[in-house]
Amino acid sequence: MTVVGTGHWSPAGAVCYRRVARGRIRDMNVVVCVKQIPDPADPGELDPNTKTLKRDVKLILDESDSYGVEMALQLVDNAGGGEVTLVSMAPNSEVGGLRTALAMGAAKAVLVSDDALAGSDSLGTAKVLAKAIERAGEADLIITATESSDGYTGTVPEQIAELMGLPSITFAKEISVEGGTVKVQRQTEAGYDDVEAPTPAVVSVTAGVVEPRYPSFKGIMAAKSKPVDEVTVADLGIDAGSVGWAGAGQEIVEIAAAEEREAGTIVEDDGEGFQKIVDYLAELKVI
Amino acid sequence: MTVSKIWVFAEAADGNVSSTTLEMLAKATELADTVECVTAAGADVAGELGAHGAAKVYTVGGTDGKLLGPAVSGAIAAAVEAGNAPDAILLATSYSGRDVAGRLSVKLDAPVITNIVDLAESDGSLVGTEPVFGGTTNVLTRFTGDKVGIFLVRPKSFTPAENPSGAAAPTEDLAAGDLGGTAAATITNRFVEEQSGPSLDDAAVVVSGGRGLGESEKFQMIEDLAKALGGAPGASRAIVDAGWVPYSYQVGQTGKVVKPTVYIAAGISGATQHLVGMKGSKNIIAINKDAEAPIFSVADLGIVGDVHKVLPALLEALQNR
Ligand SMILES: Cc1cc2nc3c(=O)[nH]c(=O)nc-3n(C[C@H](O)[C@H](O)[C@H](O)COP(=O)(O)OP(=O)(O)OC[C@H]3O[C@@H](n4cnc5c(N)ncnc54)[C@H](O)[C@@H]3O)c2cc1C
Ligand SMILES: Nc1ncnc2c1ncn2[C@@H]1O[C@H](COP(=O)(O)O)[C@@H](O)[C@H]1O
Repeated sequence: MTVVGTGHWSPAGAVCYRRVARGRIRDMNVVVCVKQIPDPADPGELDPNTKTLKRDVKLILDESDSYGVEMALQLVDNAGGGEVTLVSMAPNSEVGGLRTALAMGAAKAVLVSDDALAGSDSLGTAKVLAKAIERAGEADLIITATESSDGYTGTVPEQIAELMGLPSITFAKEISVEGGTVKVQRQTEAGYDDVEAPTPAVVSVTAGVVEPRYPSFKGIMAAKSKPVDEVTVADLGIDAGSVGWAGAGQEIVEIAAAEEREAGTIVEDDGEGFQKIVDYLAELKVI
Repeated sequence: MTVSKIWVFAEAADGNVSSTTLEMLAKATELADTVECVTAAGADVAGELGAHGAAKVYTVGGTDGKLLGPAVSGAIAAAVEAGNAPDAILLATSYSGRDVAGRLSVKLDAPVITNIVDLAESDGSLVGTEPVFGGTTNVLTRFTGDKVGIFLVRPKSFTPAENPSGAAAPTEDLAAGDLGGTAAATITNRFVEEQSGPSLDDAAVVVSGGRGLGESEKFQMIEDLAKALGGAPGASRAIVDAGWVPYSYQVGQTGKVVKPTVYIAAGISGATQHLVGMKGSKNIIAINKDAEAPIFSVADLGIVGDVHKVLPALLEALQNR
């Protein structure tokens, strides 16, 4: 069994499974959807004319997806064979984020870049990604993040699953794959559930559950020559009218500044700061 | 003018309807002539849902031990196909709400408007408000087609009815049709993390700690202070990711949205993703050693100081009262 996720993966288990349960090594192929986004440390702004995010900056790998890439690499490592393929949809043939994930150890990538995709909503994005995943070849697992850092709709994973007719498990903290079954610890309101599904399946992973590896110098050099299959909407057999602005089916009617909260009293602690809090809590009748 | 019919996806745990469901019902009944619910929680919740304004409760069966996305979206899609379509459906930004909305969107080939914190009617259609850039800007969006409008609503956006007095709602089964392999995910075990004191959702006081606490052991000060104030402890993502506390403590964009009477942030910088989860609190107290920390821009009372000095002194003062 190969287990990756919060804290415990078990190489010992992996060896045992291969020798005893199957007697042979089975390849594991994982497709990871990775979004390339503007650096969140350098927030963009809304273009007042087109009402979209201005994106003339270089794109990087969404940190949320680095966990999925790490999980996929560990699953393949533990299985002892197979590869990780990346799928990304991004404007202007951007590969900055893909190169980072390739440097971490992914084998290859499919990049969908097409002007027709500008303005795509989550459904349009999922339609494109689903086709790109099919193009990437047969996969045991399709991994996404639970939500992207810049869009955070959190709907793309389930949309991909439904479009592909696959089962899905969202909010995974830990993943293991054993003989055609994926087992997941799925975060819940109260704790977590153990959930399993037959492969292939779509699994969305939450942030912070594994430590994404830093690309090594060797990895960075190797990434430069790894194949990136760049395709257009037409290459995927998608009708351009069903994606992008044309397919979005929604319009922004207004962009307005939100009401600001007024700053209150700020005091330097002179050893009596705690008393200010006590007085304030008493005033609010909390104590 | 009002919207004719809105459906609310009603979630419940152990027979208790979720607070976000009740919040959505309050808003829906304000906006629409008819409000109905779809639930996988069985007919037992029809009393509570009816009290909060649901005229009817559609129950989806066959979900025992299953994730809800496939069956609930399948049942809704089947109803829409059969001609029983609402103008809009509201779902919570929750584990199941997102799963259902994503699958439903594909089944109806309809878009989803996400992260909604307000809804209004304009010219007979619904307009949703989504905060962006850490809540500094609001984007108002509406659907342009004639499909069912799917809205994902953030918790704590609306106030539930204060005196729910409606009659119990009649129930009707809604069949999901053939789900193929999509419903194959099965829950084999459930683990519930132990919790004492009020939950983050309901607590009148929330005390949250961040990386400024320095090390995980110091989170005990947060737990103690929360206890002393009858509140719940919370956390920034930095210390959740660092493994100091479980994810269920996280406040913010990817965690809980809280709106307590008092929110105390200790050693938290106030990143936009944290602010969206707590900015709606009635009163905010911040303790941070950096006078420039963004958390002070939303604080009613800010103490520029060291948590290791302020918190122990505060605890002692509270215990001596
Ligand atoms: C997509 C996405 C989603 C996110 N979602 C969330 C979310 O839901 N919730 C969330 O919280 N974050 C979220 N974040 C992370 C967020 O951007 C910040 O990184 C995080 O909130 C920082 O946590 P912090 O304030 O504890 O740590 P830091 O930013 O490191 O701040 C620590 C603060 O402690 C102060 N300090 C240090 N020592 C002391 C001392 N002795 N006494 C007093 N003060 C001290 C420092 O001055 C500093 O201001 C998200 C980020 C992304 C990209
Ligand atoms: N343009 C994209 N390219 C690749 N993956 C994406 C893209 N958009 C979304 N995803 C995947 O879907 C997840 C959820 O995205 P979202 O629904 O936008 O929050 C992301 O974290 C990615 O894993």
